[in-house]
Amino acid sequence: MDRKKIYFLIGVVLLAELVFSVSTFAGETENTVTDLEAIKEELQTNINVVWTCVAAFLVFFMQAGFAMVETGFTRAKNAVNILMKNLMDFSVGTIAFFLVGFGLMFGETNGIFGTTLFGLSGVEPGTDWNWTFLIFQTVFAATAATIVSGAMAERTKFIGYLIYSFFISLLIYPIFGSWAWGGLLDGGGWLENLGFLDFAGSTVVHSIGGWLALAGAVVLGPRIGKYGPDGKPRAITGHSIPLAALGVFILWFGWFGFNPGSTTTGEGLIGYIAVTTNLSAAAGAIFAMCTAWVIMKKPDASMALNGALAGLVSITAPCDGVSPMAAIAIGAVGGVLVVLSVLFIDHVLKVDDPVGAVSVHGVCGVWGTLSAGLFNMETGLLYGGGLKQLGVQVLGAGSAFVWAFGLGLALFFAIEKTIGLRVTSEEELKGLDIGEHGMEAYSGFQIFTTT
Amino acid sequence: MKLIIAYVQPHKLQDVKKSLYKNEVYKVSVTNALGCGAQRGYHESYRGVDFEVNLLKKVRLEIAINEDFVDKTIKAIIEGARSGEIGDGKIFVVSLGECVRIRTGEVGSEAIG
Repeated sequence: MDRKKIYFLIGVVLLAELVFSVSTFAGETENTVTDLEAIKEELQTNINVVWTCVAAFLVFFMQAGFAMVETGFTRAKNAVNILMKNLMDFSVGTIAFFLVGFGLMFGETNGIFGTTLFGLSGVEPGTDWNWTFLIFQTVFAATAATIVSGAMAERTKFIGYLIYSFFISLLIYPIFGSWAWGGLLDGGGWLENLGFLDFAGSTVVHSIGGWLALAGAVVLGPRIGKYGPDGKPRAITGHSIPLAALGVFILWFGWFGFNPGSTTTGEGLIGYIAVTTNLSAAAGAIFAMCTAWVIMKKPDASMALNGALAGLVSITAPCDGVSPMAAIAIGAVGGVLVVLSVLFIDHVLKVDDPVGAVSVHGVCGVWGTLSAGLFNMETGLLYGGGLKQLGVQVLGAGSAFVWAFGLGLALFFAIEKTIGLRVTSEEELKGLDIGEHGMEAYSGFQIFTTT
Repeated sequence: MKLIIAYVQPHKLQDVKKSLYKNEVYKVSVTNALGCGAQRGYHESYRGVDFEVNLLKKVRLEIAINEDFVDKTIKAIIEGARSGEIGDGKIFVVSLGECVRIRTGEVGSEAIG
């Protein structure tokens, strides 16, 4: 009897313990699940920050690429000048974009442009996402700005260029950008509301830069000696193909931040976009080389280098939504297009663009934008999406031309009328390095000026 | 036979070539040269420090011609190189003892062509 009681008691205790422990365990599981969710979220946030920053740093390095391409494709007597333009358009642009541009592009919109976030006012210094997003967008704005320096090389007054540079990062780039990309943060715009596809900026960055470059080159006029008395173009050869090639490789490398980085999240798509980007660049280089080979009888290195960039610019808009085979096709068309466009601008339009910036960024930017309407796997024309997407793409590319080329002409004419846009012909012949900066790029070397 | 040696501003080379061509002087040799004349150099600055460059870059043209081309050639060089500023350069005319065309073995006026 005693023993039975004891067994009973032990049973009760064990049962109670079991119930208690089960309930405790259940509670622990609940806590662990919420903890895991929080940790996962924090990890994802941090990996987004890390990836977006790494991509921003890669895109920053593209400034070095542009500097080398433009220096290589122009003459030795203007090398200091073109390097200074590249350094200063980034520096001036960074400040202008921080103070005003970013707010116009990503602040809460009034329907046309953003009106908050100027100088990131109201954003706490620290871990806020806006800081990461700012540095990423700053290097994009600077890319658009620096495209122009190549087309205006070897004849532009330095002070005039600085003023232009300030305005593109302050107003021209950000306002158009808000129409297509404002919704990535607090803003919004009519183009993105229509469903405009421009993943990493064929239009927003490259076409805008390319059409501004065209406006600059038109207002400036050609370099002395570019066109003979009969109106035929003459070659003014660049002084260093090795520097130009280094620049193109740096740009290609930087583009792995430009396109895959535009996810701004650490996710699986990064690898896929890197693949489409690389395929298109490779196809661009190959097809530009072949086109030049057929037309000019030799595989011209400067055209093949332009071709790689053409492939990269072309895939920038559609890179996240097209198949790898489509990426190859997009790059191939870009490669052919860039050679034909360089010849057309040189021979028919008679606009002097020393590095091919208008063809690479303007023309291939348009092609890239349209190709999203053709090849996008969900909405593209070739995938049964009909003409709607392509129509929106045409509208976006067209409005970029009107906006950038129009404002560019106005801005460059204004600069020409006030402080002057072009150096004197004597300074142009002697070289802008001595004339504008009082120093030579290759001191101690004597370089034959045959053009 | 005369040898014309001219020192001109490097950035005037294109204009000189053009005016020589216009005056039917098609044969010319061009080399880089450093020199110092009345212009006495100019100032360059490097990292805030001034320095004087007193040997200036010039290009040297050598043109061998027959007597009937001397005036024409001199006129053409002046036409292309003159800006009116100090530093436009100088032209020297020296008598040429002999001239041989390597390919054919021609000598004298014929070799100058």
